[in-house]
Amino acid sequence: MLAKRIIPCLDVNAGRVVKGVNFVELRDAGDPVEIAKRYDDQGADEITFLDITASSDDRDIILHIVEAVASQVFIPLTVGGGVRQVDDVRRLLNAGADKVSMNTAAVNNPQLVADASARVGAQCIVVAVDAKQTSPGRWEVFTHGGRKNAGLDAIDWARKVESLGAGEILLTSMDRDGTKVGFDLALTRAVADAVGIPVIASGGVGNLQHLADGVTQGRADAVLAASIFHYGEFTVRQAKEYMRTRGIEVRL
Amino acid sequence: MSKVVVVDYGMGNLRSVAKAIEHVAPTAEVRVSSAAAEILAADRVVVPGQGAMPDCMRELSARGLRDAVIRAAAEKPFLGICVGLQMLFGHAEEGDVMGLEILPGRVPRFPEAAMVAPDGSRLKVPHMGWNQVHQAEAHPLWDGIADDARFYFVHSYYVEPQDPDVIAGSTHYGIPFTSAIARANIFAVQFHPEKSAQAGLRLLGNFMRWNP
Repeated sequence: MLAKRIIPCLDVNAGRVVKGVNFVELRDAGDPVEIAKRYDDQGADEITFLDITASSDDRDIILHIVEAVASQVFIPLTVGGGVRQVDDVRRLLNAGADKVSMNTAAVNNPQLVADASARVGAQCIVVAVDAKQTSPGRWEVFTHGGRKNAGLDAIDWARKVESLGAGEILLTSMDRDGTKVGFDLALTRAVADAVGIPVIASGGVGNLQHLADGVTQGRADAVLAASIFHYGEFTVRQAKEYMRTRGIEVRL
Repeated sequence: MSKVVVVDYGMGNLRSVAKAIEHVAPTAEVRVSSAAAEILAADRVVVPGQGAMPDCMRELSARGLRDAVIRAAAEKPFLGICVGLQMLFGHAEEGDVMGLEILPGRVPRFPEAAMVAPDGSRLKVPHMGWNQVHQAEAHPLWDGIADDARFYFVHSYYVEPQDPDVIAGSTHYGIPFTSAIARANIFAVQFHPEKSAQAGLRLLGNFMRWNP
Protein backbone atom coordinates (compact mmCIF):
# COMPACT_ATOMS: atom_id res chain seq x y z
CA MET A 1 0.00 0.00 0.00
CA LEU A 2 1.13 3.54 -0.73
CA ALA A 3 2.54 5.22 2.37
CA LYS A 4 1.40 8.63 3.54
CA ARG A 5 4.37 10.95 3.29
CA ILE A 6 5.97 13.15 5.93
CA ILE A 7 7.76 16.11 4.42
CA PRO A 8 9.93 18.41 6.49
CA CYS A 9 9.94 21.89 5.01
CA LEU A 10 12.92 24.18 5.06
CA ASP A 11 12.30 27.88 4.51
CA VAL A 12 15.56 29.19 3.11
CA ASN A 13 16.58 32.82 3.26
CA ALA A 14 19.89 33.83 1.65
CA GLY A 15 21.33 30.36 2.23
CA ARG A 16 20.09 29.70 5.78
CA VAL A 17 17.07 27.79 7.04
CA VAL A 18 14.69 30.12 8.88
CA LYS A 19 11.23 29.84 10.41
CA GLY A 20 8.69 32.58 10.89
CA VAL A 21 5.32 32.93 12.54
CA ASN A 22 2.44 33.79 10.20
CA PHE A 23 5.07 34.37 7.48
CA VAL A 24 6.89 37.08 9.50
CA GLU A 25 9.45 37.25 12.36
CA LEU A 26 12.18 35.01 10.93
CA ARG A 27 14.37 32.92 13.24
CA ASP A 28 17.57 31.16 12.17
CA ALA A 29 17.24 27.35 12.22
CA GLY A 30 20.50 26.21 10.61
CA ASP A 31 22.40 25.02 7.54
CA PRO A 32 20.18 23.58 4.77
CA VAL A 33 22.50 20.75 3.71
CA GLU A 34 23.09 19.61 7.29
CA ILE A 35 19.39 19.73 8.13
CA ALA A 36 18.41 17.91 4.93
CA LYS A 37 20.87 15.11 5.71
CA ARG A 38 19.54 14.79 9.24
CA TYR A 39 15.98 14.48 7.97
CA ASP A 40 17.02 11.89 5.40
CA ASP A 41 18.65 9.86 8.19
CA GLN A 42 15.45 10.12 10.23
CA GLY A 43 13.42 8.67 7.35
CA ALA A 44 11.87 11.76 5.77
CA ASP A 45 9.95 10.80 2.62
CA GLU A 46 10.80 14.01 0.78
CA ILE A 47 12.22 17.40 1.59
CA THR A 48 10.76 20.72 0.51
CA PHE A 49 12.76 23.91 0.26
CA LEU A 50 10.92 27.19 0.07
CA ASP A 51 13.24 29.97 -1.00
CA ILE A 52 11.98 33.11 0.70
CA THR A 53 15.04 35.17 -0.25
CA ALA A 54 13.80 38.66 -0.93
CA SER A 55 16.81 40.02 -2.77
CA SER A 56 17.08 39.01 -6.39
CA ASP A 57 20.89 39.21 -6.04
CA ASP A 58 20.81 36.17 -3.78
CA ARG A 59 18.46 34.16 -5.96
CA ASP A 60 21.10 31.78 -7.31
CA ILE A 61 22.13 30.67 -3.81
CA ILE A 62 19.24 28.22 -3.79
CA LEU A 63 20.61 26.50 -6.91
CA HIS A 64 23.89 25.79 -5.12
CA ILE A 65 22.03 24.49 -2.09
CA VAL A 66 19.93 22.17 -4.23
CA GLU A 67 23.06 20.91 -5.98
CA ALA A 68 24.81 20.24 -2.68
CA VAL A 69 21.80 18.48 -1.17
CA ALA A 70 21.06 16.42 -4.29
CA SER A 71 24.54 14.94 -4.33
CA GLN A 72 24.19 13.68 -0.74
CA VAL A 73 20.51 13.05 -0.14
CA PHE A 74 18.74 10.47 -2.29
CA ILE A 75 15.08 11.20 -1.68
CA PRO A 76 12.82 13.56 -3.65
CA LEU A 77 13.47 17.28 -3.33
CA THR A 78 10.89 19.97 -3.99
CA VAL A 79 11.91 23.57 -4.39
CA GLY A 80 9.67 26.62 -4.46
CA GLY A 81 9.90 30.36 -4.15
CA GLY A 82 10.65 32.94 -6.78
CA VAL A 83 9.71 30.73 -9.72
CA ARG A 84 8.44 33.02 -12.47
CA GLN A 85 9.06 31.31 -15.77
CA VAL A 86 9.57 27.91 -17.34
CA ASP A 87 13.29 28.58 -17.41
CA ASP A 88 13.37 28.94 -13.59
CA VAL A 89 11.71 25.52 -13.38
CA ARG A 90 14.30 24.00 -15.69
CA ARG A 91 17.22 25.52 -13.79
CA LEU A 92 15.96 24.11 -10.50
CA LEU A 93 15.37 20.67 -12.00
CA ASN A 94 18.82 20.72 -13.59
CA ALA A 95 20.33 21.61 -10.22
CA GLY A 96 18.81 18.42 -8.81
CA ALA A 97 15.27 19.29 -7.75
CA ASP A 98 12.62 16.68 -8.54
CA LYS A 99 9.65 18.97 -8.26
CA VAL A 100 9.24 22.71 -8.47
CA SER A 101 6.55 24.56 -6.60
CA MET A 102 4.99 27.82 -7.74
CA ASN A 103 2.46 30.11 -6.14
CA THR A 104 2.31 33.83 -6.99
CA ALA A 105 3.53 33.27 -10.54
CA ALA A 106 0.82 30.66 -11.14
CA VAL A 107 -1.88 33.04 -9.93
CA ASN A 108 -0.56 35.91 -12.03
CA ASN A 109 -0.05 33.71 -15.06
CA PRO A 110 -1.92 30.39 -14.98
CA GLN A 111 -0.51 29.58 -18.41
CA LEU A 112 2.85 29.13 -16.69
CA VAL A 113 1.50 25.99 -14.99
CA ALA A 114 0.39 24.61 -18.35
CA ASP A 115 3.63 25.55 -20.12
CA ALA A 116 5.86 24.17 -17.38
CA SER A 117 3.82 20.98 -17.13
CA ALA A 118 3.99 20.45 -20.88
CA ARG A 119 7.73 21.03 -20.87
CA VAL A 120 8.88 19.00 -17.87
CA GLY A 121 5.88 16.82 -17.04
CA ALA A 122 3.07 17.18 -14.52
CA GLN A 123 4.94 15.08 -11.96
CA CYS A 124 7.47 17.91 -11.55
CA ILE A 125 4.95 20.69 -11.07
CA VAL A 126 3.57 21.53 -7.64
CA VAL A 127 1.23 24.45 -7.18
CA ALA A 128 1.39 25.96 -3.71
CA VAL A 129 -2.00 27.27 -2.63
CA ASP A 130 -1.90 29.64 0.34
CA ALA A 131 -5.47 29.90 1.61
CA LYS A 132 -7.17 31.98 4.26
CA GLN A 133 -10.71 31.51 5.53
CA THR A 134 -12.89 34.47 4.59
CA SER A 135 -16.25 33.10 5.75
CA PRO A 136 -17.50 29.73 7.03
CA GLY A 137 -16.73 27.09 4.40
CA ARG A 138 -14.99 29.56 2.12
CA TRP A 139 -11.25 30.04 1.69
CA GLU A 140 -9.50 32.46 -0.62
CA VAL A 141 -6.09 32.29 -2.23
CA PHE A 142 -3.34 34.63 -1.07
CA THR A 143 -0.05 35.44 -2.76
CA HIS A 144 3.14 37.35 -1.95
CA GLY A 145 3.74 35.33 1.19
CA GLY A 146 0.21 35.85 2.45
CA ARG A 147 0.01 39.62 1.98
CA LYS A 148 -2.18 39.85 -1.09
CA ASN A 149 -5.66 38.44 -1.66
CA ALA A 150 -5.80 37.01 -5.17
CA GLY A 151 -9.59 37.07 -5.19
CA LEU A 152 -9.83 33.35 -6.00
CA ASP A 153 -11.79 30.64 -4.24
CA ALA A 154 -9.21 28.12 -3.02
CA ILE A 155 -11.18 25.03 -4.07
CA ASP A 156 -11.94 26.39 -7.54
CA TRP A 157 -8.29 27.35 -7.92
CA ALA A 158 -7.14 23.87 -6.88
CA ARG A 159 -9.39 22.33 -9.55
CA LYS A 160 -8.14 24.86 -12.09
CA VAL A 161 -4.44 24.11 -11.50
CA GLU A 162 -5.15 20.40 -11.74
CA SER A 163 -6.74 20.94 -15.15
CA LEU A 164 -3.76 23.10 -16.18
CA GLY A 165 -1.37 20.24 -15.47
CA ALA A 166 -0.20 20.52 -11.87
CA GLY A 167 0.90 17.15 -10.48
CA GLU A 168 0.42 18.01 -6.83
CA ILE A 169 -0.96 20.72 -4.54
CA LEU A 170 0.86 22.08 -1.52
CA LEU A 171 -1.96 23.53 0.54
CA THR A 172 -1.08 25.95 3.33
CA SER A 173 -3.57 27.46 5.72
CA MET A 174 -2.41 31.03 6.26
CA ASP A 175 -4.61 31.22 9.34
CA ARG A 176 -2.76 28.31 10.93
CA ASP A 177 0.79 28.73 9.67
CA GLY A 178 3.18 29.05 12.62
CA THR A 179 0.39 28.81 15.21
CA LYS A 180 0.94 25.15 16.26
CA VAL A 181 -2.80 24.58 16.73
CA GLY A 182 -3.09 22.01 13.91
CA PHE A 183 -4.00 21.99 10.23
CA ASP A 184 -7.17 23.61 8.99
CA LEU A 185 -8.76 20.19 8.52
CA ALA A 186 -11.94 21.45 6.86
CA LEU A 187 -9.89 23.26 4.23
CA THR A 188 -7.62 20.25 3.72
CA ARG A 189 -10.54 17.86 3.35
CA ALA A 190 -12.38 20.19 0.97
CA VAL A 191 -9.39 20.50 -1.36
CA ALA A 192 -8.30 16.84 -1.10
CA ASP A 193 -11.80 15.71 -2.04
CA ALA A 194 -12.05 18.22 -4.87
CA VAL A 195 -9.01 17.12 -6.89
CA GLY A 196 -7.61 13.89 -8.28
CA ILE A 197 -3.96 14.83 -7.68
CA PRO A 198 -2.14 14.43 -4.36
CA VAL A 199 -2.55 17.14 -1.74
CA ILE A 200 0.09 18.03 0.87
CA ALA A 201 -1.34 19.60 4.01
CA SER A 202 0.67 22.42 5.55
CA GLY A 203 0.41 25.11 8.18
CA GLY A 204 -0.19 24.81 11.91
CA VAL A 205 1.44 21.55 13.02
CA GLY A 206 2.30 21.67 16.71
CA ASN A 207 2.31 17.99 17.67
CA LEU A 208 2.25 14.51 16.20
CA GLN A 209 -1.50 14.13 16.54
CA HIS A 210 -1.90 17.08 14.17
CA LEU A 211 0.08 15.22 11.51
CA ALA A 212 -2.10 12.13 11.85
CA ASP A 213 -5.30 14.21 11.79
CA GLY A 214 -4.19 15.77 8.50
CA VAL A 215 -4.26 12.33 6.93
CA THR A 216 -7.23 10.73 8.67
CA GLN A 217 -9.57 13.74 8.84
CA GLY A 218 -8.06 16.03 6.23
CA ARG A 219 -7.52 13.14 3.78
CA ALA A 220 -4.16 14.61 2.79
CA ASP A 221 -1.76 12.37 0.87
CA ALA A 222 1.21 13.94 2.61
CA VAL A 223 1.81 16.22 5.56
CA LEU A 224 4.38 18.98 5.74
CA ALA A 225 5.86 20.54 8.84
CA ALA A 226 8.81 22.70 9.73
CA SER A 227 9.23 23.93 13.29
CA ILE A 228 8.33 20.72 15.16
CA PHE A 229 11.27 19.07 13.39
CA HIS A 230 13.76 21.97 13.24
CA TYR A 231 13.93 22.63 16.94
CA GLY A 232 14.27 18.96 17.83
CA GLU A 233 10.85 18.60 19.47
CA PHE A 234 10.20 15.48 17.43
CA THR A 235 12.14 13.46 14.90
CA VAL A 236 10.57 12.40 11.62
CA ARG A 237 10.87 8.82 12.82
CA GLN A 238 8.88 9.55 15.97
CA ALA A 239 6.23 11.16 13.81
CA LYS A 240 6.02 8.05 11.64
CA GLU A 241 5.93 5.69 14.59
CA TYR A 242 3.07 7.70 16.04
CA MET A 243 1.18 7.72 12.74
CA ARG A 244 1.55 3.95 12.51
CA THR A 245 -0.07 3.55 15.93
CA ARG A 246 -2.97 5.51 14.49
CA GLY A 247 -3.29 2.93 11.70
CA ILE A 248 -1.70 5.08 9.01
CA GLU A 249 0.52 3.40 6.42
CA VAL A 250 4.03 4.90 6.64
CA ARG A 251 7.52 4.03 5.43
CA LEU A 252 9.56 2.99 8.45
CA MET B 1 37.03 0.29 -14.35
CA SER B 2 33.40 -0.02 -15.34
CA LYS B 3 32.04 2.66 -17.64
CA VAL B 4 28.34 3.41 -17.30
CA VAL B 5 26.44 5.77 -19.57
CA VAL B 6 23.24 7.48 -18.44
CA VAL B 7 21.41 8.16 -21.68
CA ASP B 8 20.54 11.84 -22.05
CA TYR B 9 17.68 12.50 -24.42
CA GLY B 10 16.63 15.76 -22.84
CA MET B 11 14.03 14.31 -20.49
CA GLY B 12 14.17 14.19 -16.74
CA ASN B 13 16.51 14.63 -13.88
CA LEU B 14 19.64 12.87 -15.11
CA ARG B 15 21.92 14.47 -12.60
CA SER B 16 20.19 12.60 -9.77
CA VAL B 17 20.67 9.25 -11.47
CA ALA B 18 24.34 9.97 -12.17
CA LYS B 19 24.96 11.27 -8.63
CA ALA B 20 23.35 8.23 -7.06
CA ILE B 21 25.46 5.86 -9.19
CA GLU B 22 28.62 7.80 -8.33
CA HIS B 23 27.65 7.48 -4.69
CA VAL B 24 27.37 3.67 -4.81
CA ALA B 25 30.16 3.02 -7.32
CA PRO B 26 32.89 5.59 -6.59
CA THR B 27 35.42 3.92 -8.90
CA ALA B 28 33.11 3.71 -11.91
CA GLU B 29 33.23 6.21 -14.73
CA VAL B 30 29.73 7.69 -14.92
CA ARG B 31 28.87 9.62 -18.06
CA VAL B 32 25.68 11.43 -18.92
CA SER B 33 25.66 11.30 -22.69
CA SER B 34 23.56 11.84 -25.77
CA ALA B 35 26.17 10.39 -28.13
CA ALA B 36 25.22 7.10 -29.75
CA ALA B 37 28.88 6.11 -30.03
CA GLU B 38 29.38 6.55 -26.31
CA ILE B 39 26.31 4.45 -25.51
CA LEU B 40 27.59 1.69 -27.78
CA ALA B 41 31.05 1.80 -26.15
CA ALA B 42 29.74 1.71 -22.56
CA ASP B 43 29.98 -1.34 -20.28
CA ARG B 44 26.56 -0.58 -18.80
CA VAL B 45 23.68 1.60 -19.87
CA VAL B 46 21.00 3.33 -17.82
CA VAL B 47 17.95 4.80 -19.53
CA PRO B 48 16.08 7.08 -17.15
CA GLY B 49 13.08 9.07 -18.18
CA GLN B 50 10.48 11.40 -16.86
CA GLY B 51 7.65 13.25 -18.41
CA ALA B 52 5.39 12.30 -21.24
CA MET B 53 6.02 9.17 -23.28
CA PRO B 54 5.40 10.86 -26.69
CA ASP B 55 7.99 13.54 -25.89
CA CYS B 56 10.47 10.90 -24.76
CA MET B 57 10.04 8.84 -27.94
CA ARG B 58 10.29 11.93 -30.12
CA GLU B 59 13.44 13.19 -28.39
CA LEU B 60 15.04 9.76 -28.54
CA SER B 61 14.54 9.69 -32.31
CA ALA B 62 15.45 13.35 -32.82
CA ARG B 63 18.80 12.74 -31.15
CA GLY B 64 19.45 9.62 -33.17
CA LEU B 65 19.58 7.44 -30.07
CA ARG B 66 16.86 4.96 -30.84
CA ASP B 67 19.08 2.32 -32.43
CA ALA B 68 21.82 2.75 -29.83
CA VAL B 69 19.32 2.13 -27.01
CA ILE B 70 17.89 -0.92 -28.79
CA ARG B 71 21.43 -2.29 -29.29
CA ALA B 72 22.34 -1.63 -25.65
CA ALA B 73 19.19 -3.43 -24.50
CA ALA B 74 20.23 -6.42 -26.61
CA GLU B 75 23.86 -6.59 -25.46
CA LYS B 76 24.77 -4.91 -22.18
CA PRO B 77 23.66 -4.74 -18.57
CA PHE B 78 20.74 -2.37 -19.09
CA LEU B 79 18.72 -0.53 -16.47
CA GLY B 80 15.50 1.25 -17.43
CA ILE B 81 13.90 3.69 -14.99
CA CYS B 82 10.30 4.97 -15.17
CA VAL B 83 9.73 5.96 -18.80
CA GLY B 84 12.95 4.00 -19.44
CA LEU B 85 10.88 0.93 -18.48
CA GLN B 86 7.75 1.98 -20.33
CA MET B 87 9.54 2.59 -23.62
CA LEU B 88 10.68 -1.04 -23.79
CA PHE B 89 7.10 -2.03 -24.57
CA GLY B 90 4.68 -1.46 -27.43
CA HIS B 91 1.61 0.74 -27.46
CA ALA B 92 1.45 3.53 -24.90
CA GLU B 93 -1.93 5.01 -24.06
CA GLU B 94 -0.23 8.31 -23.25
CA GLY B 95 -0.19 10.18 -26.54
CA ASP B 96 -1.11 7.01 -28.45
CA VAL B 97 2.49 6.24 -29.43
CA MET B 98 4.53 3.09 -29.87
CA GLY B 99 7.52 2.32 -27.68
CA LEU B 100 10.65 0.49 -28.81
CA GLU B 101 8.80 -2.86 -28.85
CA ILE B 102 11.69 -4.74 -27.30
CA LEU B 103 9.19 -6.57 -25.09
CA PRO B 104 5.58 -7.35 -26.04
CA GLY B 105 3.00 -5.52 -24.02
CA ARG B 106 1.32 -2.17 -23.58
CA VAL B 107 1.40 0.86 -21.29
CA PRO B 108 -2.07 1.86 -20.04
CA ARG B 109 -3.12 4.59 -17.60
CA PHE B 110 -4.38 3.75 -14.12
CA PRO B 111 -8.09 3.09 -14.69
CA GLU B 112 -10.23 5.79 -13.05
CA ALA B 113 -12.83 3.25 -11.85
CA ALA B 114 -10.29 1.24 -9.83
CA MET B 115 -8.76 4.22 -8.04
CA VAL B 116 -10.51 3.73 -4.71
CA ALA B 117 -8.77 3.15 -1.36
CA PRO B 118 -10.03 0.50 1.11
CA ASP B 119 -11.61 3.31 3.18
CA GLY B 120 -13.55 4.51 0.15
CA SER B 121 -11.45 7.62 -0.48
CA ARG B 122 -10.09 8.44 -3.90
CA LEU B 123 -6.64 7.21 -4.90
CA LYS B 124 -4.80 10.06 -6.55
CA VAL B 125 -3.12 9.89 -9.95
CA PRO B 126 -0.16 10.34 -10.39
CA HIS B 127 0.70 7.47 -8.08
CA MET B 128 3.20 9.49 -6.08
CA GLY B 129 5.18 8.36 -3.07
CA TRP B 130 6.64 5.30 -1.39
CA ASN B 131 5.03 1.99 -2.21
CA GLN B 132 5.98 -1.64 -1.67
CA VAL B 133 7.56 -3.80 -4.34
CA HIS B 134 6.83 -7.48 -4.09
CA GLN B 135 9.68 -9.45 -5.63
CA ALA B 136 8.26 -11.98 -8.08
CA GLU B 137 11.55 -13.85 -8.34
CA ALA B 138 15.07 -13.88 -6.95
CA HIS B 139 17.32 -11.64 -9.04
CA PRO B 140 20.83 -10.25 -8.54
CA LEU B 141 19.37 -6.73 -8.54
CA TRP B 142 17.18 -7.57 -5.53
CA ASP B 143 20.20 -8.79 -3.58
CA GLY B 144 20.14 -7.42 -0.03
CA ILE B 145 16.76 -5.73 -0.54
CA ALA B 146 13.89 -7.01 1.60
CA ASP B 147 10.82 -8.31 -0.18
CA ASP B 148 8.06 -5.67 -0.10
CA ALA B 149 10.61 -2.90 0.50
CA ARG B 150 9.35 0.57 -0.34
CA PHE B 151 10.56 2.58 -3.32
CA TYR B 152 9.62 6.05 -4.55
CA PHE B 153 7.14 6.15 -7.44
CA VAL B 154 5.75 8.96 -9.52
CA HIS B 155 3.76 7.95 -12.59
CA SER B 156 0.29 7.79 -14.11
CA TYR B 157 0.91 4.93 -16.55
CA TYR B 158 2.21 1.43 -15.94
CA VAL B 159 3.44 -1.50 -18.03
CA GLU B 160 1.38 -4.56 -18.80
CA PRO B 161 3.78 -7.20 -20.15
CA GLN B 162 2.30 -9.89 -22.39
CA ASP B 163 4.78 -12.45 -21.10
CA PRO B 164 4.34 -12.93 -17.33
CA ASP B 165 7.81 -14.48 -17.14
CA VAL B 166 9.44 -11.05 -17.43
CA ILE B 167 7.74 -9.76 -14.27
CA ALA B 168 10.36 -9.26 -11.54
CA GLY B 169 8.31 -7.15 -9.17
CA SER B 170 4.76 -5.98 -8.60
CA THR B 171 3.06 -3.25 -6.63
CA HIS B 172 -0.52 -2.54 -5.60
CA TYR B 173 -2.22 0.78 -6.19
CA GLY B 174 -5.92 0.36 -6.78
CA ILE B 175 -4.87 -2.54 -8.99
CA PRO B 176 -1.82 -4.79 -8.95
CA PHE B 177 0.68 -3.66 -11.57
CA THR B 178 4.15 -4.64 -12.77
CA SER B 179 6.75 -2.42 -11.12
CA ALA B 180 9.89 -4.26 -12.27
CA ILE B 181 10.77 -6.48 -15.21
CA ALA B 182 13.80 -8.64 -15.94
CA ARG B 183 14.87 -10.45 -19.06
CA ALA B 184 18.44 -11.61 -19.70
CA ASN B 185 20.60 -8.46 -19.52
CA ILE B 186 17.64 -6.10 -19.06
CA PHE B 187 16.27 -4.92 -15.72
CA ALA B 188 13.80 -2.08 -15.63
CA VAL B 189 11.76 -0.48 -12.88
CA GLN B 190 8.79 1.85 -12.66
CA PHE B 191 10.04 3.46 -9.45
CA HIS B 192 13.02 5.80 -9.03
CA PRO B 193 15.92 3.98 -7.33
CA GLU B 194 17.91 7.23 -7.39
CA LYS B 195 15.26 8.76 -5.10
CA SER B 196 14.51 5.70 -2.98
CA ALA B 197 17.05 6.18 -0.17
CA GLN B 198 18.88 3.02 1.00
CA ALA B 199 16.81 0.46 -0.94
CA GLY B 200 17.30 2.42 -4.15
CA LEU B 201 21.02 2.89 -3.65
CA ARG B 202 21.35 -0.83 -2.98
CA LEU B 203 19.60 -1.64 -6.27
CA LEU B 204 21.89 0.73 -8.18
CA GLY B 205 24.93 -0.81 -6.48
CA ASN B 206 23.66 -4.28 -7.45
CA PHE B 207 23.27 -3.11 -11.04
CA MET B 208 26.86 -1.87 -11.12
CA ARG B 209 28.08 -5.31 -9.97
CA TRP B 210 25.72 -7.32 -12.19
CA ASN B 211 27.20 -9.59 -14.84
CA PRO B 212 24.27 -11.15 -16.69
